[in-house]
Amino acid sequence: MDKPYGLLAELTYSCPLHCAYCSNPLELDNYRDELTTEEWQRVFAEAADLGVLQLHLSGGEPLQRRDIVDLVRSANQVGLYTNLITSGLGLSLRRAEQLREAGLDHVQLSIQADEQALSDHIAGTPSFERKHVAAGLVKQLGWPLTLNVVLHQQNIDRISGILDMAEAMEADRIELANTQYAGWAGPNQAGLLPSRDQLERAEALVQAAKERLGNRMEIIYVIPDYYSKYPKPCMDGWASRQFTVVPNGEALPCPAAHELARSLDLPPANVRDHSLGWIWEEAPLFQQFRGDAWMPDPCRSCDRKDIDFGGCRCQAFALTGDAAKTDPVCHLSPDHGLVEAAVAAANDPNSPTERTLIPRPQMGRPFRKTTATQGTTAGTPVTLLPTVLKGQHS
Amino acid sequence: MEIVDETARPRLAPHVRMTFNAARGEHALLSPETVWVLNSTGAAIVELCDAERTVAEISVELRSRYDQVAEGDVQRFVAELVAKHGMEVDHG
Repeated sequence: MDKPYGLLAELTYSCPLHCAYCSNPLELDNYRDELTTEEWQRVFAEAADLGVLQLHLSGGEPLQRRDIVDLVRSANQVGLYTNLITSGLGLSLRRAEQLREAGLDHVQLSIQADEQALSDHIAGTPSFERKHVAAGLVKQLGWPLTLNVVLHQQNIDRISGILDMAEAMEADRIELANTQYAGWAGPNQAGLLPSRDQLERAEALVQAAKERLGNRMEIIYVIPDYYSKYPKPCMDGWASRQFTVVPNGEALPCPAAHELARSLDLPPANVRDHSLGWIWEEAPLFQQFRGDAWMPDPCRSCDRKDIDFGGCRCQAFALTGDAAKTDPVCHLSPDHGLVEAAVAAANDPNSPTERTLIPRPQMGRPFRKTTATQGTTAGTPVTLLPTVLKGQHS
Repeated sequence: MEIVDETARPRLAPHVRMTFNAARGEHALLSPETVWVLNSTGAAIVELCDAERTVAEISVELRSRYDQVAEGDVQRFVAELVAKHGMEVDHG
């Protein structure tokens, strides 16, 4: 078994935005009993010991945690590469300076659209201007800036304008990722899935922008798997390279596995009860779909099983109710008709053009016992072990 | 695209840093979405990529430490990382 490279820490499901494509679970209020500062700090230290190199601090909105600076500092001190995934709301100059001093490596800022009205409409709250301020702060303090754009029916025709805006913000990278239908995106799928024409136009624009921008801005385009022949190699396989800890301490092999994990009726894998080492190596939930022994046909006998690992377990569960089935995105899946029907509806000229989306609601007040001591302790710089080179060959 | 030749002066991209991971006993380059695991030769090359040395100078330096550095190794290594946005190069 490999050691994990990445940990996604979903610090809180509290968020000022209401995006209808949010991948957070539907039962947000089940996650209000949030880990304390000390509990997260222990998780980060255990993660580093386990071999984790990258820590993604996300949510909800991670800046809603008042102890975010302490959390970043602790992660930095144990040598983790820290990546803050934020809406930008809550990133004041003072907070940004504290995060810089605490050793935060990288900021990913979510972008909904290139026009204020559409952006605020998608986010469900006025936020467009504040995102511009946040982008400016990130550059001003010398961080590299990555913009995250979730693409869907309502903004995919704006790709050209979004790319222009990213250039104006001097973004170093932009991720244009088609929606994955997890969490709130599931019930909103019909209002989010773009048509084939929309996708073809978008992909041509992305290709042209890649050629025009060269190395000035890296563009990462994530295709929509509903239009693919084969599924995505989700997470590079279940519990293979990375995992997630959600606000109440439950550990999940995939960020969208909340409901799947409950459905399996396995003993919980919570960092409050177990070490990360035990969870990664022993927890039944992590063992469940590791490797390929669990696979049904057509995956079991497929020569692509080491390429896409049967696709996404959470998508199989969401669409068929059985997490052990082949991802229905695969054209070989016996359940592929479910995906074909969704694609047909998205391309039906008689379908309604504007559907009402269910906004991701605000979570109830979290239960928190944080003991933040903001900006009082000096960060200890991470020292790399000296490399012994002479005489080593590899 | 940036040209990686013998006169290029490589450095890590601003969002990339190298770490030595004690749990694995190996070096790695870290960026927001990617980890590049390095062997010890790779780590030695990265340490020499300081935006001052040229690819040619790094090759000379590396040969003084290792006796199995092939012609073009450094150039290929740097070019691959530049293509993946892990490194940047200057000329002149």
